[in-house]
Amino acid sequence: MLNLYFRGDDVLENHDECVIVVEELTKKYGDLVAVKGINFCVRRGEIFGFLGPNGAGKTSTVRMLCGLTKITSGKAKIYGYDVARNHKNVKRIIGVVPESSNLYWDLTCLDNLLFCGEMFSVPREERLSRAIKLLKLFGLWGKRNVKFKNLSKGLKRRLTIAAALIHNPKILFMDEPTAGLDVFSKRMLWNRILGLKEKGVTIFLTTHNVREAFEVCDRIAIINKGRIVALGRPWELREAFSAKGIIEIVFHPNNPRVEEVSSLHGVIKVERKHELLKIVTYDTVRVLKEIAKLARSKGLDIYLLNVRGIDAEELFIKIVGDS
Amino acid sequence: MFDDVKKAFYIAKKDLKEYYMKPGTISWGLMFPFVFSLAFMIRRGGLTTWLAPGMISLALFFGSTSMSAMAIVFERRIDSFERLLLFPVSYVCIALGKSLSSFVLGIIASVPVLILAEIFVSAPHIHPLLLALCILLATFTSSTFGVLLSFLIKDPSQTMTIFNIVRFPMMFLSDVIIPVSTFPLVLKVISFLLPLTYITEAIRYSYSGTYDIVPPHISFTVTIILGVMFLYLSSLVIRKNIP
Repeated sequence: MLNLYFRGDDVLENHDECVIVVEELTKKYGDLVAVKGINFCVRRGEIFGFLGPNGAGKTSTVRMLCGLTKITSGKAKIYGYDVARNHKNVKRIIGVVPESSNLYWDLTCLDNLLFCGEMFSVPREERLSRAIKLLKLFGLWGKRNVKFKNLSKGLKRRLTIAAALIHNPKILFMDEPTAGLDVFSKRMLWNRILGLKEKGVTIFLTTHNVREAFEVCDRIAIINKGRIVALGRPWELREAFSAKGIIEIVFHPNNPRVEEVSSLHGVIKVERKHELLKIVTYDTVRVLKEIAKLARSKGLDIYLLNVRGIDAEELFIKIVGDS
Repeated sequence: MFDDVKKAFYIAKKDLKEYYMKPGTISWGLMFPFVFSLAFMIRRGGLTTWLAPGMISLALFFGSTSMSAMAIVFERRIDSFERLLLFPVSYVCIALGKSLSSFVLGIIASVPVLILAEIFVSAPHIHPLLLALCILLATFTSSTFGVLLSFLIKDPSQTMTIFNIVRFPMMFLSDVIIPVSTFPLVLKVISFLLPLTYITEAIRYSYSGTYDIVPPHISFTVTIILGVMFLYLSSLVIRKNIP
């Protein structure tokens, strides 16, 4: 069990800072236990990443927090409101960007935002100005009179995010916000999301894009098979779970056998991809020395050498795989 | 409470903007009852005092239920319905909002048939206000019935089929075109179990001062109770549908 960074203690020690507190949260669908008594807290103003492979329990957790799925057992509180008992109060202070862009097809962009404003009791005199501001912020002003169904996928996504912000929520739940978007739209969205964080909005982010999550999140929880298997700041996770580094190397005229490289001191494992040998190590300097020695003894040259740390995706696979 | 009612109106306004012109709403909700009434009128050389209330109740029933079928089942199919669950409103508010949009369409659907009846039937109304109130009440009950049925449908692609399986037998068993008093006992019992029977009988009384088998105080009371009950049951089904 790699639950090194979370034993429930951050809930207890930083209770005042926590705007989302989850204790022993469990979700069962018949015999299937999708979420198995998880605990975590999300602190005010942070971007909290919630990662996991497909079927790990991410969406079930988010849906329970948003009131879209019933809680089987355990507790979830948002700004002190019990999610199960005070769902109306919770919904007033959260914004939700679901995985699918599910606004109303036959309403225009502007009408969709105005309707959301009405439903969140945004004062009549502010509704239009907020909608206009959001349309401009997300580059949709020119499309204000276009029906939602006629927008491209990227624009639909932008409008869905804008709709979640119409009532100035304190917490924004985002499920795969950048899924299926092109690079420009992704970059634009991340800038907006970081802008929200600067304004003090707490963001609960669920994504498959591990690299993005490690770049933008303040803390990350990794869930697998319904249990949180790691929780901490990105650098903490790297330090706790990753090997010291990765050496990528190509010898000339040909590579030594994988077994020979694997037997060097400090090597965890070796993978061969075409001509490239990828060596995972816990002691980079020592392995480099060993490689030099091996090359000299075999009369080989080093054609390419690249030393790097483990990247976010590799780290994620390692944590999930080990758990 | 007041806030929820206000938001129910917002939901209804949104639904009307979105679904009023959908083919399913127009064909089943507006055209079918009107054409049906017209066909009966031509066949019988005019609407009779007995038939006109049946046609009015048929029009408002098909109009309101078609709207709820569109507005709820379509939204459930494309996940938009979940959005309503994310707003800070009660489940009754959602059910009421959906019922109100169906209500408006039910009223719209009944107007052409009412006009036909006014032109071709010389029935002495007990009181126009009573007829108006009765139509409002009957449309409300039809709407909440349609909303409840829409939430009970599991497979959205079967919506119109299921709606018509429910609506068409009612047309024949609920005093709309055939007097229930002429039915054998078994069919009479079934007829008493159908909401459209009470709706039609209430309209019949307020239209012409006569009734077939259900006295007015019972038909009015049952229509009111059913309307409220369907609304409440709809809210329970919404809650139950949350996984």
